[in-house]
Amino acid sequence: MQEPLVLLVILLIAASLFLFVIYPLYSVLKTSLIQRDGSIGLGVYSGLLAKSYNRRPLINSIRLGAIVAVLGTIIGFIFAYCTTRVNLPFTGFFRAVAMFPMISPPFIMSLATIMLFGNNGFITKKILRGMVNLKIYGLGGLVLVETLAYFPTAYLVLSGVLQAIDPSIEDAACDLGASWWQVFRTVTLPLAIPGIASSLLLIFIESLADFGNPIILSGDYQVLAVQAYLRITGLYDLPGGAALAVILLVPSLVAFFVQKYWVSRKSYVTVTGKPSGQQISRSEPWVKTAALIVCLVLTGIILLFYGTVLVGSFMTLWGVSYDFTLANYRHVFVVGGEHIKDTLFLSTVSTPITGILAMIIAFIVVRKEFFGRQALELTSMLTFAVPGTVVGIGYILAFNQPPIMLTGTAAIIIILFVFRNMPTGIQSGIAALQQIDPSIEEASCDLGADSSTTFRNITLPLISPAFFSGLVFSFVRCVTAISAIIFVVSGKWKLITVAVLGSVENSDLAQAAAFCVVIIAMVLSAIGIINLLVYQPWKRGGQKRLKEPTISGGAESWIGTA
Amino acid sequence: MDRYSVELIDVVKVFRDRSGAKDHIVAVDGVSLKLIQGELLTLLGPSGCGKTTTLRMVGGFEMPTSGKVVLDGKVINDFPPHKRDTAMVFQSYALFPHLTVFENVAYGLRMRKMEKDAIVAKARHALSLVGLEGLEERQPGSLSGGQQQRVALARALVVEPKVLLLDEPLSNLDARLRAQMRIEIRKIQQALNITSMYVTHDQEEAMSLSDRIAVMNHGRIEQIGTPQEVYAKPVNRFVADFMGRKTTFLDGKVMGFDENLMHVSVMDAVLPFERVSGINTGDDVEIVVRSETVDIVPPGCGTFPGRIIHAAYFGSQVLYEVDLMGTTITAEIPDPQEREMFTQGSEVGINLKTRSIHVLPRANNGQIT
Repeated sequence: MQEPLVLLVILLIAASLFLFVIYPLYSVLKTSLIQRDGSIGLGVYSGLLAKSYNRRPLINSIRLGAIVAVLGTIIGFIFAYCTTRVNLPFTGFFRAVAMFPMISPPFIMSLATIMLFGNNGFITKKILRGMVNLKIYGLGGLVLVETLAYFPTAYLVLSGVLQAIDPSIEDAACDLGASWWQVFRTVTLPLAIPGIASSLLLIFIESLADFGNPIILSGDYQVLAVQAYLRITGLYDLPGGAALAVILLVPSLVAFFVQKYWVSRKSYVTVTGKPSGQQISRSEPWVKTAALIVCLVLTGIILLFYGTVLVGSFMTLWGVSYDFTLANYRHVFVVGGEHIKDTLFLSTVSTPITGILAMIIAFIVVRKEFFGRQALELTSMLTFAVPGTVVGIGYILAFNQPPIMLTGTAAIIIILFVFRNMPTGIQSGIAALQQIDPSIEEASCDLGADSSTTFRNITLPLISPAFFSGLVFSFVRCVTAISAIIFVVSGKWKLITVAVLGSVENSDLAQAAAFCVVIIAMVLSAIGIINLLVYQPWKRGGQKRLKEPTISGGAESWIGTA
Repeated sequence: MDRYSVELIDVVKVFRDRSGAKDHIVAVDGVSLKLIQGELLTLLGPSGCGKTTTLRMVGGFEMPTSGKVVLDGKVINDFPPHKRDTAMVFQSYALFPHLTVFENVAYGLRMRKMEKDAIVAKARHALSLVGLEGLEERQPGSLSGGQQQRVALARALVVEPKVLLLDEPLSNLDARLRAQMRIEIRKIQQALNITSMYVTHDQEEAMSLSDRIAVMNHGRIEQIGTPQEVYAKPVNRFVADFMGRKTTFLDGKVMGFDENLMHVSVMDAVLPFERVSGINTGDDVEIVVRSETVDIVPPGCGTFPGRIIHAAYFGSQVLYEVDLMGTTITAEIPDPQEREMFTQGSEVGINLKTRSIHVLPRANNGQIT
């Protein structure tokens, strides 16, 4: 290492990763080992797992995760196949709608479900007239809501995988006499198996980590993320909550490592020569009709859910009075004004920090050789797999006492945002960097630039698409986050998602809906502004569109846990 | 014989531009072709000339906008690829990465619901034909480029298609392997007597393995004929320019005829060329000067005086760029060891080997013959 600056940066990053990623997790583990009498041991765990009643949240979480993973992957695959392989009209529209759940707060699906199917729901009361009792609180409702919320993960992974399959491979199968179905069964599906496995595991992780939906909709179907939260905030049982967090962490980490180190190595992509890039459309009429119906039904359901929230936000009292009013928005901006202001401030501060830090870490990991490089990469990716509840508990345990006393400050929220939202930026940065020939950077150094100059003048502009998609992602996550952040918010710093939860708990669904609409509006304007900054349409011709980084950079980077 | 293996009748393919419906791209613009049983016809042309689209229409991957694709006397315009008796070797090989070499080759037979024993026998035979015995259980990803290419060939041959389609099959191989494979492909094709259509932009490849070549440009066939016809008797300036290492066009005027010869004034000389029908006395013509039809001799000896602008030594030949009264022409001199070599800047004499030189009417606008 000849350059002291690079060394310094590496040391700083390693120290902050240790402090804000490893140390909180260590605190959770340590606290969970404090037994009732103050000694160290596994007493808390044996207490928690001894009774079958107490084991239920673990079993429930895993069962829910498994069901949602399977259903979400099936729907995601069908949707990905329809939009990448069948020459459908409105494909862009279908894709955009399928992305809605990714950019909205996690509990919006639950809210819409209650508004539609709850005891006072529109469909329950107005259409079915109370004839059928829809049990939405519990496993059934959670499966519906989480499947809709997380199938976009499967869609992104699998459409990336399907697009990466050289179309001439399927052409070849067809040419050799395979019908549409035979091509699908013998070629397309087997080639997508690694992607399917990835998608199953990622949705499983997302479902395990989900907090926003189960806290609203779980009823007496207890899940780990909510139980850990209730144990700490309701019972003030820190060791018990910490132990539940650790129990939640184990299956998540197992799924994460299986995905990262086993499934992703099994990819078939890049086997033979140059791909021809010609996409043949499977235009057999019945395939096309079936695909169109599937896409219409799915987007129809998503639009129904979002439409319900939008319409509901203008109603006096959802379920009772369907009169038009702006009172909910008045409430949002008057009472919730501070929430909006704080959310915007904290998100705007943490987003650029996240983006830049992610690119620096990606650069160091890909381009520099140093001791502990892999450990650094792994640590920086770790928060991706750790459920938000666990991180939140870790932060209150770790930073609630000297030497590092951060509770109640803006700093703890910003730090939490940065380190939770970074992994996706790092991943897309790594993917983008791996596509850039190192000799381009070597040429810069050869001509007299040092590492940091080269990074600023050469590398950063080349990976700017990854950087900006990291910014968008980070901002969206800040504005919609709930699971980790609910532990560190304070009277001084209020967040809008917490306000939504409050409204739901007060059964004021219309108000919650108005909050959700405002959140989505914030997200959409942020995406719009960042896009404007990137492409600068007011300049003649605009900035040259850089090629999007591939699957892992572009699409998968949008996948994160709640 | 009026029944052809493959027949294309005035085939047109228009692509709609993705960005807006108003822009159309005419990829293939009225192509007609006839292939007899066992013939290998190459579609040759620069990239974007429509050769691959033409091939894909025969395979069924593109539907013609108008015109007919006829296979063995039957119009197959509306048949999807899996209902056509064609087999394609793809530029990217398109091997199934999740199947072994054997399974790849057996795939088409399995789709034809063949008996298991027959599949094994036929697949093994096809693999031995391309010299890949013993690699049956390997994954395509573990093979070299040349081996992958052979698997792709075996996979197409094993289904015994009426027509074998080859889409730039050798473009991913290095030069030496490419030369070896094209001989092998031709031998197998002739041994099996299988009608084949071959797409390439490499004229050497086209000439060395084709029965006939169709030179394409802008979606049209410029000329169709044997390699000798296309090379030595190009019908227009495009074909003359596209074929050969380096072609220079010199302006001339026909002075008169003498039995099979036609006398053309070129610069300050009058030279005899083989007579071309349709050209009359007084016509303006273009002399197609290929690099190998130019000879460089000591100064004062040749028809024309010249000066060497650049000399490049290739071992088996020397390439000279020569200034001929303001026009730069290229001369390719074989066996440089046997002859005097000229250095840059030296004055030389230039002879044209008129018996090998073709003459075109001036301003030929590319009519199809």
